[in-house]
Amino acid sequence: MSFALAEEVVSEVAEQAADGRMKLDVGNNLLYAILGYLVVFIGLAVLMLVIIIVGRIMVAKMKKPAAAPEAAAPAAVPAPAAKALPAAPGAAGEVKIYDTDPRDAAMIMAIVADKLQKPLNELRFVSIKEVK
Amino acid sequence: MLDSLWQLVSESGFAGFFSNPDGWRNLVMIAVACVLLYLGIKKQYEPLLMVGIAVGCLLANVSSVFMTADGSLPDALYHQSLWDDFLNSASPYYHDYGHILATGGLIDILYIGVKAGIYPCLIFMGIGAMTDFGPLISNPKSLLLGAAAQFGVFFAFFGANLLGFDAQQSASIGIIGGADGPTAILTTTKLAPELLGPIAVAAYSYMALIPMIQPPIMKALTTEKERSVKMEQLREVSKTEKILFPIVVTIFVVLLLPSTAPLIGCLMFGNLLKETGVTERLSDVAQNALMNIVTLFLGISVGATMVGSRFLQFDTIKIVVLGLIAFAFSTIGGLLVGKLMYKLSGGKINPLIGSAGVSAVPMAARVSQREGQKANPSNFLLMHAMGPNVAGVIGSAIAAGFLIKMFGG
Repeated sequence: MSFALAEEVVSEVAEQAADGRMKLDVGNNLLYAILGYLVVFIGLAVLMLVIIIVGRIMVAKMKKPAAAPEAAAPAAVPAPAAKALPAAPGAAGEVKIYDTDPRDAAMIMAIVADKLQKPLNELRFVSIKEVK
Repeated sequence: MLDSLWQLVSESGFAGFFSNPDGWRNLVMIAVACVLLYLGIKKQYEPLLMVGIAVGCLLANVSSVFMTADGSLPDALYHQSLWDDFLNSASPYYHDYGHILATGGLIDILYIGVKAGIYPCLIFMGIGAMTDFGPLISNPKSLLLGAAAQFGVFFAFFGANLLGFDAQQSASIGIIGGADGPTAILTTTKLAPELLGPIAVAAYSYMALIPMIQPPIMKALTTEKERSVKMEQLREVSKTEKILFPIVVTIFVVLLLPSTAPLIGCLMFGNLLKETGVTERLSDVAQNALMNIVTLFLGISVGATMVGSRFLQFDTIKIVVLGLIAFAFSTIGGLLVGKLMYKLSGGKINPLIGSAGVSAVPMAARVSQREGQKANPSNFLLMHAMGPNVAGVIGSAIAAGFLIKMFGG
């Protein structure tokens, strides 16, 4: 559908709507339905592009400060590496908790383990966040 | 003494059932209000609004049974005739809020907030303050699913036109498919206020029935293999991104379609209050006190539009059926684009998250989660489905903005 046709449809509808209620024939009815769906799709698709671009800029900015301190202190004497504590048998790292009480998080992990019929230390929980 | 007693009896609502030509309609609507109360309280169908709508319907019909000889309703809390005059350009009271304030009943005055489009926008502000757009920001492709799930809006719009509704009424009926109560109310108030009662009831009833409406469609359109797809962990979203998001969306969407400004502006303002971290008190008010107060006023005033003389028509049945079609086709639209994304991504996207694009936060996302887990018990789709879910809110606001722009005059 060309933009000229879309503009024609918009102006035609606006003129009719200004007079009050309007009835549509089947052809125009279908045309407006398709045009409306297209507007929603195009609008959100372009918004998606905008968000992707903003996201990429933000990710790039976050990476820069992280890399900067490493480059700024090359002569620093490396501290002796802290001996990592041995993890529980089969444990897979730590879980990040956002807006959730640790007791609730523990309960959620226990419920999931019970539902899956798997020992808790064989599961890997990446993060737990309250959906508000 | 006897005369006074007789006057009391003859001017009661009970006598009105016989003397008022629309009395029997009021009686039927009182029964309908009781059914809605049952659905809201016992079945918990969107109770926060359904109970208010039912009480509004009950009060409007109970108080307007008694009619004087000149046809006026002296004790009515809501006067349909006042609002007919308000909308009639030939009437001396055309767009005269002063006349409503001077002569209206309690609900007439509360209804001004609906008519002026205040309540739906304030509710959107509360929704914004309660919504985490993080899943959408970390997976912006969700926006396409939110757009796809507006299919039912335009399908029902097309169907309503074919069934004899005018363009404004068809647009109001179609927006039921957006599965977004405030959006449906705002659109209908602006385009076809005479249909506000049935459209509001249909929209909120179907939103409550999503766990029953969507699963059969999801199963019919997807294979077991597709439903069991486990999706990758979403990336973490920084605080700055979350603050930028409402600002970017407001600027972009409102510039694209200025008629979305009230809904998108309030939705994103509410979200900005939540994300800034420096307006916690305002965010708290928007998502709790203000939201609850407006929900009270909105429910009762929308319910009051269900007066017997307007509600009990064949058109109401058509609206209920078209609303169901709108919901079903919105689900289908989301699922089909979800399937397309499944193919294009090489099986990395679970198509079930597409059905969550029908707004109705967070119910539709929960349905995706539940159906995904039925296919694969270790499947956790909730956060992935929240992306299309909140995208659906933006999508339905854009659809509403388009319809208002086209047919709002």
